[in-house]
Amino acid sequence: MTIIKRGLTALAAGALSTALAVPAFAEPVKFDFWFGLSGDLARVVDTMCKNFNASQTDYEVVCTSQGNYDATLQNTIAAFRAGKQPAIVQVYDVGTATMMLSGAYKPADKLMEENGYKIDYADYFPGIARYYATSKGEMLSFPFNSSTALMYWNKDAFAKIGKTEAPKTWEDVGADLQAMKDAGYECPMAINISANESWQLMEQFSAIHNQPIATKNNGYDGLDARLEVNKTKFVQYVTDLKKWYDAGLIKIKSKDLGQDMVQAFASGTCQVIMTSVGDHGTVGKTQKEGMNWDVAELPAYAGTERKNSLVGGASLWVLSGKSDAEYKGAAAFLNFIHDPKTALFWSTNTGYIPVTKSGFDYMKSTGFYDKAPYKGREVAIASLTASEPTEITRGVRLGNFTQIRAEFGTQMQAIFANKVSVQEGLDTLVKNGDAVLDRFQQTYPGKTLP
Amino acid sequence: MEKRVTFASWTIGILFAVPQLLLIFTFFYWPAGQAVYWSLTLQQPWGGGNIWVGLDNFRSILANADYWNSITASLVFAGISTGLAMFIALVLAALTDRQLAGSRLYRVVLIWPYGIAAPALAMAFRFILAPEAGFLAVVNKGWPGFWDPGLDGADAMASIIIAFSWKYVGYNFIFFLAAFQAIPRSLIEAAAMDGSGVIRRFWDIQFPLITPTIFFLLVINITESFQDSFGIVDIMTSGGPANATNLMVYKIYSDGFKGLDYSGAAAQSIILMVLIVLLTIVQFRFIERRVHYR
Repeated sequence: MTIIKRGLTALAAGALSTALAVPAFAEPVKFDFWFGLSGDLARVVDTMCKNFNASQTDYEVVCTSQGNYDATLQNTIAAFRAGKQPAIVQVYDVGTATMMLSGAYKPADKLMEENGYKIDYADYFPGIARYYATSKGEMLSFPFNSSTALMYWNKDAFAKIGKTEAPKTWEDVGADLQAMKDAGYECPMAINISANESWQLMEQFSAIHNQPIATKNNGYDGLDARLEVNKTKFVQYVTDLKKWYDAGLIKIKSKDLGQDMVQAFASGTCQVIMTSVGDHGTVGKTQKEGMNWDVAELPAYAGTERKNSLVGGASLWVLSGKSDAEYKGAAAFLNFIHDPKTALFWSTNTGYIPVTKSGFDYMKSTGFYDKAPYKGREVAIASLTASEPTEITRGVRLGNFTQIRAEFGTQMQAIFANKVSVQEGLDTLVKNGDAVLDRFQQTYPGKTLP
Repeated sequence: MEKRVTFASWTIGILFAVPQLLLIFTFFYWPAGQAVYWSLTLQQPWGGGNIWVGLDNFRSILANADYWNSITASLVFAGISTGLAMFIALVLAALTDRQLAGSRLYRVVLIWPYGIAAPALAMAFRFILAPEAGFLAVVNKGWPGFWDPGLDGADAMASIIIAFSWKYVGYNFIFFLAAFQAIPRSLIEAAAMDGSGVIRRFWDIQFPLITPTIFFLLVINITESFQDSFGIVDIMTSGGPANATNLMVYKIYSDGFKGLDYSGAAAQSIILMVLIVLLTIVQFRFIERRVHYR
């Protein structure tokens, strides 16, 4: 009797354990993806994650927004130190140097190769790929959301001063702004001068004019790179901006003051702004009824041989210390994102541009760029591919660049508040920025950028 | 001699104190010790290793003009906002204590601001003080450029002081009111019968009797103005324009977490801690002498 009983119990236990084990076999491998977008953009990422999970049954990606780029990097570092890092993390453009020296990643190209995915790296727009690649051209991370800066201009206001095209040179911009002022426009152009605008004011300007931001090819060739924006064409640019500001041709618009530049442009208050192509959708959705506007490449000074503008945005890094199964999932996810169809979905729902030529061609073939509201976004690709990237227009690879951007904001504010002259302000920017670079170099003794 | 109840064996006493000591150790001494260690090294943010640099971090911070600017800004902020918050609260409490019409309502309403989280109230003040869209836009219409916290450092400093004081008026008010109400009515009434006016009674009777409360609030307000200002600065000015509102606590955050300079931030937080300790010692040594405890 007891034997039977025991046998039955064993049988039941066996049945139970198989019952439990069977779904465990079918259970997809879960892995984490942390990103730094919020609001509307975060919803698009979530949809993309759902699409990936629905497209196959082996893996499940868990996508978590960390609010913004800074927080994503901070939280990832904290998680990494505690051994709880996500498999994939989105790191913004200027965090690239920090990531490269972290020793906390698994090279993306190696990951894809190990898991049997063939990625044609030549398919990436060179201006985008070089920003994230090592000096030898290896891709350590995957370009994800990418944009570049454009000039948004109000066609109605320009029509009033007899212009049908956007100004191509800064000399023309100065004349047009004056003409608009004379025609009674209160705010011909809006800019902001915080850390965030280092991107369009300093970095994009320097790339387009083929001017270095730092020595050693903007830091690509060594951690001993130091800033030199206080002796390039950038000085003249800031001088002009300040002159136009003093003459009332440029107004400062920021969220802290009540209205940021995009709102100022969309509401028709200001007639020209420079911002990311990523704002193309926002302007379209929030613009004043009936307003005619368009985008154009950022102007350059007369006589400049125009170079490619810089990519902005973020790339996807795969972190070290995860299991093989998770890496398989991560590789599948990256492959999914790389697909031209995903590129179309992504660009349609955000303002970001496709990162590969095949993605761009696919979008062109579907007629994406022919009709409003997406018409005009192809200007971003034209701007990014204006030339083959030079040693200087590949990008900016400086340690703790976030702090240098903050210093940019501080010094621009000091300049515009008449506390210091343009040259003094930029000299201080270089001095304080160099201290940041110095410190970064000391923190990583004997290490070199890959 | 005073008679005291003591435990026969001191081990029991220690045992009772252990949970508290453990808590203090875990949440104060251990992290503080870690901060001291970090401030003496150069930490790689991803934890790849660190280098012992001795006092180099402190040297480079103290040689930095921006840091001294940050200390000055913090002291100005602490001084003005503490003075403002305490003065307004004192006046309001004195008036409420006089049982003027509606004082019961004020008593409740004035406590609310302290219950609002700093970022939330900073967001509200950002709208109120916005030069183009806020209440002060009217003033700007009359005198263009009169109020411009986006470029004028003094205006930006004023706006964070206003926001911070507004919050602490509520806090100080509770304590002042309690102190006023603890004063025996008979004293006030006797003085009134002798013919002294409201102001006279305030200076000669009420003020001396509430000095312990004033002293307590002074210490708390100054300490909090160094620490609790973070949320307000972060939302309203982000330390700008041109570092005018880059208070010490905000600089620690932006250098450490945004700039990933953990060692520099650790050194700054040690300096901030020492500064607060020193300020508190000074207050106890020199100001407390003038406090009359009953």
